[in-house]
Amino acid sequence: MSAENKDVDKETLRKKLPITYDKKTQLPLWRDVRTLTLNYTISVGKIFPFFEKLAEGKILAIKCKHCGELYFPPQVDCPKCRKSEVDWIELSGEGELETYTLIKIKPQSFSHYDDYVIAIGRLKEGVRVLAWLRVDDISKIHIGMKIKLVVSERLPESYLVYEFVPAEE
Amino acid sequence: MVIPLRNVAIVGVGHSKFGRRVDTSLPELTWEAIKEALNDAGISQEDIEFVSLGNIGVWSSEVSPGAAILEYSGLIPKEFIRVETACSSGSAAVKAAYMAIASGSADIAMALGAEKMNEVDTPRGVEILARIGNYFWEFENFGPTFVGYYAFFATAYMHKYGATEEDLAKIAVKNHYYASFNPKAHFPKKITIEDAMGSPYIAWPLKLYDCSPISDGAAAVIFASEKIAKKLTDSPVWIRAIEGATATSNHSKRENFLSIPSTRIAAEKAYKRAGIDRNNPVKHIDVVEVHDCFTIAEIIAYEDLGFVRKGEGYKLAREEQTYIGGLIPVNLSGGLKAKGHPIGATGVSMIVELTKQLQQRVEKERQAPIEHGTALAHNVGGTGHYVFVTILSLSKP
Ligand SMILES: [Zn+2]
Repeated sequence: MSAENKDVDKETLRKKLPITYDKKTQLPLWRDVRTLTLNYTISVGKIFPFFEKLAEGKILAIKCKHCGELYFPPQVDCPKCRKSEVDWIELSGEGELETYTLIKIKPQSFSHYDDYVIAIGRLKEGVRVLAWLRVDDISKIHIGMKIKLVVSERLPESYLVYEFVPAEE
Repeated sequence: MVIPLRNVAIVGVGHSKFGRRVDTSLPELTWEAIKEALNDAGISQEDIEFVSLGNIGVWSSEVSPGAAILEYSGLIPKEFIRVETACSSGSAAVKAAYMAIASGSADIAMALGAEKMNEVDTPRGVEILARIGNYFWEFENFGPTFVGYYAFFATAYMHKYGATEEDLAKIAVKNHYYASFNPKAHFPKKITIEDAMGSPYIAWPLKLYDCSPISDGAAAVIFASEKIAKKLTDSPVWIRAIEGATATSNHSKRENFLSIPSTRIAAEKAYKRAGIDRNNPVKHIDVVEVHDCFTIAEIIAYEDLGFVRKGEGYKLAREEQTYIGGLIPVNLSGGLKAKGHPIGATGVSMIVELTKQLQQRVEKERQAPIEHGTALAHNVGGTGHYVFVTILSLSKP
């Protein structure tokens, strides 16, 4: 059965089969009748202190007790030492903007947000963090500017995340 | 210790038309490339001993597409593996097939790359691509897109070296120019600087015309051992090196946003194996395909591959030194930008293109002059999460 077959009434076909016609080419497409919605559960038990302290407004990194390596994102296993004895340390949040972008075309699951700036900042402890940079005026953003990582509530979902804001002068 | 590897020759190549291929299913699309490669090599399915496939899927319905493709193409019961290294999955498939021959495990092997990205709509395609970064620490809360990740590099690079959005646009204009002579390109049409500069921002400072499209497509390459290759062809193309390297999942752990370290490492290894002077590789090489998923990526690749010094890549674009007749011709296929970027197919497509370039079989308007008989393919997964650099040559190792 081809789209060129003028003898076939497309409307009749549409009623009896899950067929749609491509807008650009008019070619027939089978509209999948089996829908899969994916939503993962991600294990965070080993790094749970990070989330407990986030609720207190603190942002933590991990420091290996043996070699002193600092890990952000936090990880409880040091691959250098092959050991897992670590300290949780609170980050100052103070840092500098290293690079950024303004996202205009968003992933589908982010389509309900206004355009957002994603930044990579280098904190004074030496680790870098990727997060949104909340600013009133995008034109005032510049590489090297002082920024601060803070805990904030993400709306409309109402859950805690961290984000950068311009540091007080 | 250097493990002695057998020489590996390319004896046949095939390539589907790239584009929004709503006229084909994934097995039908892949068969277009397989059929062309079998005809090109002058062999039958029975002769193939091992098949590898670069494919990401997710945007296409078949969860494990290998057997469906093999069944459709008359390749059952051949040994098969599917590989995944994001946008360099095609090169990973090439490496797997190469190793099958080089190790002595097989005498004839086929690498496939295939992707059907348009089985979902564009917003879902953008979402799946974006999830190629670190899912939990980058995507979940901050929603970067793939354009956004490369925009980190564009912002930092332009700030550090003074490159402009117009320099980036020149890459798009060049790659569209050559795509206009490539009938298998997704967008075989020329564009102007004004077209590129006037296109809307996707992730500032990158605009629509800085981006490769969401494409469907397939490519196939048949490899053979030296003994078999001599029987099949008078003009084999030899793999002189295919070397890979990796970089961190989290962009926050990269050393900077001016360079892709895994490209530098993979190139260094490939140059060493192929006997190419890393301080001046262009003097050995006739033609190059680099991974221009976004225009900034091509400029940074010029530097990381050692064609120019750090911070001078944009000058090659500005001075149009990567057209035929310039310092080194790059992406005469149209590149990912205009030939299209069906993720898993891209790495295999690069090898198809360069094989035909070396054999002087491409359309005359985009045929590089072949003097040294050497070509380079640079294929990046993610923003350098995975990189392969492959050196092809008309002369045997
Ligand atoms: Zn340690």
